[in-house]
Amino acid sequence: MAVERKGGLRPGMLSRLGMAPQPMSRESVEKKPRIRDADKAVPSVCPYCAVGCSQLVYVKDRRIIDIEGNPQSPINEGTLCPKGASTYQYLVNPNRLSTVRYRAPHSDHWEDRPLDWAMDRIARLIKETRDASFVERTADGKLVNQTTAIATLGGATMDIEENYLIKKLFSGGLGVVSIENQARI
Amino acid sequence: MIDAYKRLMNIEEPPAPKTAKGFFTDTSLCIGCKACEVACKQWNQLPADGFAMTGNSYDNTGTLGATTWRHVQFIEQAKANGHGLEQRWLMMSDVCKHCANAACLEACPTGALVRTEYGTVYVQQDVCNGCGFCVPACPFGVIDRTPTDGHFEAGTAHKCTLCYDRLKDDMTPACAKSCPTASIQFGDIDELRERARRRLGELQARGESTARLYGMPESTEAQEVGPLHAFFLLLDEPEKYNLPSIPRLPRKTMAERYGWSAFVGVGFALVAAVVFGGRR
Amino acid sequence: MGSNMAENHPVGFRWPMKAKERGSTLIHVDPRFSRTSAVADLYVPIRPGSDIAFLGGLINYVLTHERWFKEYVLAYTNASSLVSDDYVDAEDNGGLFSGYDPKSSSYDNASWAYAGMGPAKQGPARDETLQHPRSVFQILKRHYARYTPQMVERVCGTPPPLFLQVADVLARNSGRERTSAICYAVGWTQQSYGAQIIRAAGILQLLLGNIGRPGGGIMALRGHASIQGSTDVPTLFDLLPGYLPHPAAFKGDDTLERYMRESAVRGGYWSNLPKFMVSLLKAWYGDAASSENEFGYQWIPKLTGDHSHVSTSAAMADGKVKGFVVFGQNPANGSPNSGLQRRALTRLDWMVAIDLYETETAAFWYAAPEGWKPADIKTEVFLLPTAGPPEKEGTFTNTQRLLQFHDKAVDPPGDARSDLWYVYHLGRRLKDLYRGSTNPRDQGLLNLTWDYLPERPDPQWRIKDEPSDEKVLMEVNGYTVADRKQLPDFEQLKADGSTACGVWIYSGVFPGPGKNMARRRNRTPDNDVDPEWGFAWPGNRRILYNRASADPAGRPWSERKKYVWWDAAVGRWTGKDVPDFPVKKAPGTPAKEQGSGIDLHSGSDPFTLKADGRGWLFAPSGLKDGPLPTHYEPLESPLSNALYQRQDSPVAKRFSRKDNAISPPGDPRYPFIVTTYRVTEHYTSGVMSRWNGWLSELMPEMFAEISPELAGEKGIANLDWITVSTPRNQIECKALVTRRMRPLRHDGRLIHTVGLPYHWGYKGLVKGAMANDLVALSEEPNVYIQEDKAMTCNIRKGRLR
Repeated sequence: MAVERKGGLRPGMLSRLGMAPQPMSRESVEKKPRIRDADKAVPSVCPYCAVGCSQLVYVKDRRIIDIEGNPQSPINEGTLCPKGASTYQYLVNPNRLSTVRYRAPHSDHWEDRPLDWAMDRIARLIKETRDASFVERTADGKLVNQTTAIATLGGATMDIEENYLIKKLFSGGLGVVSIENQARI
Repeated sequence: MIDAYKRLMNIEEPPAPKTAKGFFTDTSLCIGCKACEVACKQWNQLPADGFAMTGNSYDNTGTLGATTWRHVQFIEQAKANGHGLEQRWLMMSDVCKHCANAACLEACPTGALVRTEYGTVYVQQDVCNGCGFCVPACPFGVIDRTPTDGHFEAGTAHKCTLCYDRLKDDMTPACAKSCPTASIQFGDIDELRERARRRLGELQARGESTARLYGMPESTEAQEVGPLHAFFLLLDEPEKYNLPSIPRLPRKTMAERYGWSAFVGVGFALVAAVVFGGRR
Repeated sequence: MGSNMAENHPVGFRWPMKAKERGSTLIHVDPRFSRTSAVADLYVPIRPGSDIAFLGGLINYVLTHERWFKEYVLAYTNASSLVSDDYVDAEDNGGLFSGYDPKSSSYDNASWAYAGMGPAKQGPARDETLQHPRSVFQILKRHYARYTPQMVERVCGTPPPLFLQVADVLARNSGRERTSAICYAVGWTQQSYGAQIIRAAGILQLLLGNIGRPGGGIMALRGHASIQGSTDVPTLFDLLPGYLPHPAAFKGDDTLERYMRESAVRGGYWSNLPKFMVSLLKAWYGDAASSENEFGYQWIPKLTGDHSHVSTSAAMADGKVKGFVVFGQNPANGSPNSGLQRRALTRLDWMVAIDLYETETAAFWYAAPEGWKPADIKTEVFLLPTAGPPEKEGTFTNTQRLLQFHDKAVDPPGDARSDLWYVYHLGRRLKDLYRGSTNPRDQGLLNLTWDYLPERPDPQWRIKDEPSDEKVLMEVNGYTVADRKQLPDFEQLKADGSTACGVWIYSGVFPGPGKNMARRRNRTPDNDVDPEWGFAWPGNRRILYNRASADPAGRPWSERKKYVWWDAAVGRWTGKDVPDFPVKKAPGTPAKEQGSGIDLHSGSDPFTLKADGRGWLFAPSGLKDGPLPTHYEPLESPLSNALYQRQDSPVAKRFSRKDNAISPPGDPRYPFIVTTYRVTEHYTSGVMSRWNGWLSELMPEMFAEISPELAGEKGIANLDWITVSTPRNQIECKALVTRRMRPLRHDGRLIHTVGLPYHWGYKGLVKGAMANDLVALSEEPNVYIQEDKAMTCNIRKGRLR
């Protein structure tokens, strides 16, 4: 009662059950936030829009148990939008891919393949296509050292370090010119 | 004897009261982003309810329910004025009101619904037997039993816990923490009520003549259910937000409902008589 | 304008909401009454595609009502500069500027140059009285004289009282004591004159004195966690890191020396371009890059045309592209004319898609709505599982140019790997495959520095061959070649090969071992700029051109708007932010007569990247579609251009082909405007939201928003199925009939707009039609972005079949 009275309960107002806490089960008494026992809270950045909200990723036993806004951040001060608040399900989701899926030419199904096999095969395909299509000089003799038969697309949802290596490898290493990402859209 | 019973039923002594906590949901700051809905589901690990478009503005959640503890309403209003259309799109994040006189709690025969040390109303899942008495008791239609989707023990009652687990560690409930525009404010109930009164004054001074508080100790809607621990600043009449202008306690509403069903039942009987009678 | 900030950047919108509570006026100019409009003080309807007419109207208002910030404009802009005698304005030439060649649909911009800019490159001739008929100021006045409130109403459909209210609020809240900010997003960029819309906002903000000052500016609200990063460190065809132009055969960049001419052409701080370029080559090719071999310049491919995503898609559809690597993107659904995009994928020999989920792009061969038989499709497809941000280390650059590092929390599941892992190990394998080759074309790859494995793997992680992200970031920052010391900033870069730097604008992010500035998470309570949270490029400056926050004498324009100022006592610029100006250059310093770069700027020329150090009201160079923003109609429009004889952008690229038809102006078959957008609850093509039940339930089905008037005309009720068609394709979806969509009146005619979110596809927990099926391939001429914010369509009640 005392607690609610302090809150301004007016005389004459009904309060038949009162505001006193009631007996509870052991489970209720022992209730605690699951992140109390987290092994760590790792600073991260929201994967969705470009506002750059900071997140804290709570980890227990090498598994993510919760993702929330980081209150320290001058950008979001702990808040998140619905997408940011759903980041947990973006990462911990039964529909996520965790194996390499391969579809052979003309095949009607996916098959799982070893990562190493796929990487070797992709490297070979890149080399074959590059070697077959590489143009050193244009018809009028200009040195261009390029291929237009390979294109890459993507980068806006990825780290700058990843973008840097894509550009370095595909442009500076392989001579690919059509390197593009969502910023163009 | 009583001790033995308590041990058997796994009942502990009531916790010592702490400062009462609550939500002040200021709809004038709501941008309808639904972060509260998702943050709540994330923290409480609640499943999605289904994937159907309602056609009712941007509200596809529909209502509060056993697995939706925050629900954002969208109310589109438009009227013509001098040079065009005067439009409002009201948005409001609804939640369990944690009433001072909680009808659900009163209706609960098992002691599953309890008043916590923070003054909030909490359903103990290990005690609830799914009798469902609380469901029609709630004048706001908040508490609900789970469908048999396997997420919870089927049939038990659920609603907002005001993040009872988080409160134990002085953490802000998930919805209020996520809210990007401080439309959902969490805190000590006394302080929140003061803040709400000030805010109403500010808005009225700015010419928001239809702004009002809902669920304050001094509000008319508190006359039966008492002050709400989750109260609101609204920009229109409560009915526009599907809130009862005077929420009633069950004894009265139940009687009315029974009355209505009797009336409707008679009506159906009459219609049926005419239809089937006509066929013959 | 051009942004629905509350819906698409809800947490960013936290700050305008706070500002509103403190008395700021929030205005939303938009074709739709959205969640942003709902909380704005003023909602102003506008027809899609008419933004330049609206902004031009504001410019005209500010000029004719003498509401411009005179001291700022005179000192900091090119208002007084005189333009060449040969210049002819669009106003006097039916909507075309001088130099237009109809055969190539392009401009020669020689006549747009300043007068008096001979080969000696002395400064432009100026008339400080602003009265000279060829002064930028007078040209500007004449150019926008017909952009009256009545014209704005005719073109934009905006009622004059509302327009005038916007003009007055903006003018009242600008000047010494106050500043106003303009926020935009793809609502502007996805138009066939997108860059010019932003330019128009730039002109307005310069006239009002809102650039380089706190609370001012033009804020690009970008849509992806690191889309700013992927522009700076460009996975874009026409750029090298740090906005260095990509060498192109058609520009005559056949030698490094000729490529370097660009530095002189651009002037200003860009005169340092050779330092940036040589340091980049040193970072890429290491010891193999020397002055004898142009530092490996020839190993970088030369552009031979437009290799943008849209152009490449057209080439792919024609079978000219054989292999395609897609990192976290979804062209089969998210790119314009997605039907064409999907057909293009069937022409590939192989495709690698890297994502967390199976995308429409990865699944095109069996799940596309075209219903192809997999047996008929030759494409060999790899779908590689990748890691999310908390499963790897790395840096995102946000929309404010702020670099923020994220730590690794857990290993990615199963065979999933970071994109860094994929690129690094592909590179390693390719180097192995080419090992021993003496073919000159392979030497770039063989010489590419590629040493990114950590000294020893972190024992806490399961994946042992993960490259070190910080090693990459250290290369991005730059180092001295001789002793491999990290560089403190880009001022230290040299053009002689003694420094290496991957991305010059990011230099300073990793100035020493263990000093990752992007990883800083310190708050600075006494400085609201929070300079120790992350790292903003360039050099941790939070506001660009912030010299303009002080008056020509170096004093803050007002106490309220104090930001960066000259401290005469110590002889340097100081303030809340890092000064974006030579820190010891006094306000009164005269421009040097001789020299190069910023030596030619005086101590009161804040725009250091510009040759003349001034903010450009008039752009004498740099743009392909005119020196001044000019209203054209979108490529598809129900209306004729009310301002000029010229209907649409004279230089925007249309892809005239059978599978990309564009309807002519006023086409009666497609009488309605259609615009596409996002909603809060989903993310772009849906890969990051439609596998997520919490988000999917909030917006479960594809819909079209239409007004009750249009619904009535077509006999459509709320939630009815409707079919939306353009010459490219047709799609079916539910109708959401709402007053939030308003028809606008133009010359007595009611024009309807259909609104389409574009989040759905054929994979995911929730599926639905793809709005991008309706969009045409097209390109804005400067940045090659398609127009999807204003097109025409038809609708009918009922499903596709």
